[in-house]
Amino acid sequence: MLNHVSEITLDQISTEVWKLKQDGHRFVTMTCCDRGETHDILYHFDKNYELKHLRVALPKGTALPSISALFFAALLVENEMKDLMGVQVSGMAIDFQGRFMLAEGAPVAPLNKSIPGIGIQIQDKTPSAPEGTVKS
Amino acid sequence: MIRRNTIPFGPQHPVLPEPIQLHLVMENEKIIQALPAVGYIHRGLEKIAEKKDYIQDVYLAERICGICSFMHSQNYCQGIEELMKVQIPDRAKYLRVIWAETHRIHSHLLILGLLADAFGFENLFMRLWKVREQILNIMEKTTGARVILGVCAIGGVKRDITPELSDYILRELEAVEKQLPELMDSLLKDYSVKQRLIGVGVLPKDKAHELGAVGPVARASGLRMDLRETGYAAYGDLDFKMVVGEAGDCYDRTMVRVKELYTSLDLIRTALKRMPQGPISVAVKGSPPADEVLARIEQPRGELNFYIRGNGTRNLERFRVRTPTFANLPALLHQLTGCELADVPVIAICIDPCISCTER
Repeated sequence: MLNHVSEITLDQISTEVWKLKQDGHRFVTMTCCDRGETHDILYHFDKNYELKHLRVALPKGTALPSISALFFAALLVENEMKDLMGVQVSGMAIDFQGRFMLAEGAPVAPLNKSIPGIGIQIQDKTPSAPEGTVKS
Repeated sequence: MIRRNTIPFGPQHPVLPEPIQLHLVMENEKIIQALPAVGYIHRGLEKIAEKKDYIQDVYLAERICGICSFMHSQNYCQGIEELMKVQIPDRAKYLRVIWAETHRIHSHLLILGLLADAFGFENLFMRLWKVREQILNIMEKTTGARVILGVCAIGGVKRDITPELSDYILRELEAVEKQLPELMDSLLKDYSVKQRLIGVGVLPKDKAHELGAVGPVARASGLRMDLRETGYAAYGDLDFKMVVGEAGDCYDRTMVRVKELYTSLDLIRTALKRMPQGPISVAVKGSPPADEVLARIEQPRGELNFYIRGNGTRNLERFRVRTPTFANLPALLHQLTGCELADVPVIAICIDPCISCTER
């Protein structure tokens, strides 16, 4: 389970990330989840094997401020989120213009829920789906 | 007169086992900026994982990488077990450590061999890979497969190691260990090799921390960071000792991997000795709840992160993979800036790049 999760707003991102950096935390990565109306953005940090997370609910169509000026390492995952989830990130140290992970002609934001998987049968996601047993 | 050129390094290059491109902005022979271009083998595995049953995803996770495959399935299983609050038997934890450490040995021997090839020591490359074959043989004998082992399952493991197999492993490890000193002397004491590695691609400790470096790259710079210290699986019972370097150059990264070979040999022996009797798996029923977890283990290249989010059904809501090579790319860009073009192959190989992991 995720412990030490702080829910923050868009305008608090830079301040909260700065505080964690000053406190000696290492940037681990970011995660983006499509939640329908919003993208759930999680920032993960580590200090002495203990994780801390910041969570921002980003309305779709709103730009996310980049933290690459504070943690240069964030620029790769920010560019990846822009490619794969369609999240607009403002102020990135290097902007690959949507061509970091995807080539020309690739689907737009393919990891969003609105894009169906290609060539894969989507399984029933209703709670009444039969429960199975794993026997090892 | 200073001339500025941009040289594309890769995606196909003799030194790169997998495709990645580095745009190198040069002033004469010196690199003043490096930028990565990835995406050549992006497979969309995270999307596929959402469309499969969470049990099928064990096999999918194992195929993220063709080198440290077992550790991907192990991390996925550990994440799902945490999400579903499953306690696996102690014996399964030890068996996971044994196969994880054999993977670490074969991965380190692989990259040390490729490094030898990168600086033109082909004989050493072939001899290191010959030793690696013995490790692959151990995996084949104990699981029936040489790389994609397919033995990790949610709730434990699928195969056991019998006392006869345990004796076989110990004999093979002894044979491997006998061959290592001569080979490692060639890597760490040879004059020409030292000239190619010492002081090349330096990553200071503070920069390694700031850039989020992980694994041997971070440890070679003096960062004490190895998730095995947290004691996941059975590591807490195996007297694990971390290997740390100091200089942060290519030589120290090589030295850390060499010493970790011996650490892994010791861990396997200790695990075989202390492994308790008992079942190797428990049955797991139901589906992952609507909750989230960030599973982490120490892979040969460093910290591997899986973000797993369930939704109460047999499909996952989100599965995200952050591999150690992805984390080490910013550190690679820093190391390349200011170096000579001739050093690029050695520096690139020394982060042990795994691109199929990185792109997923």
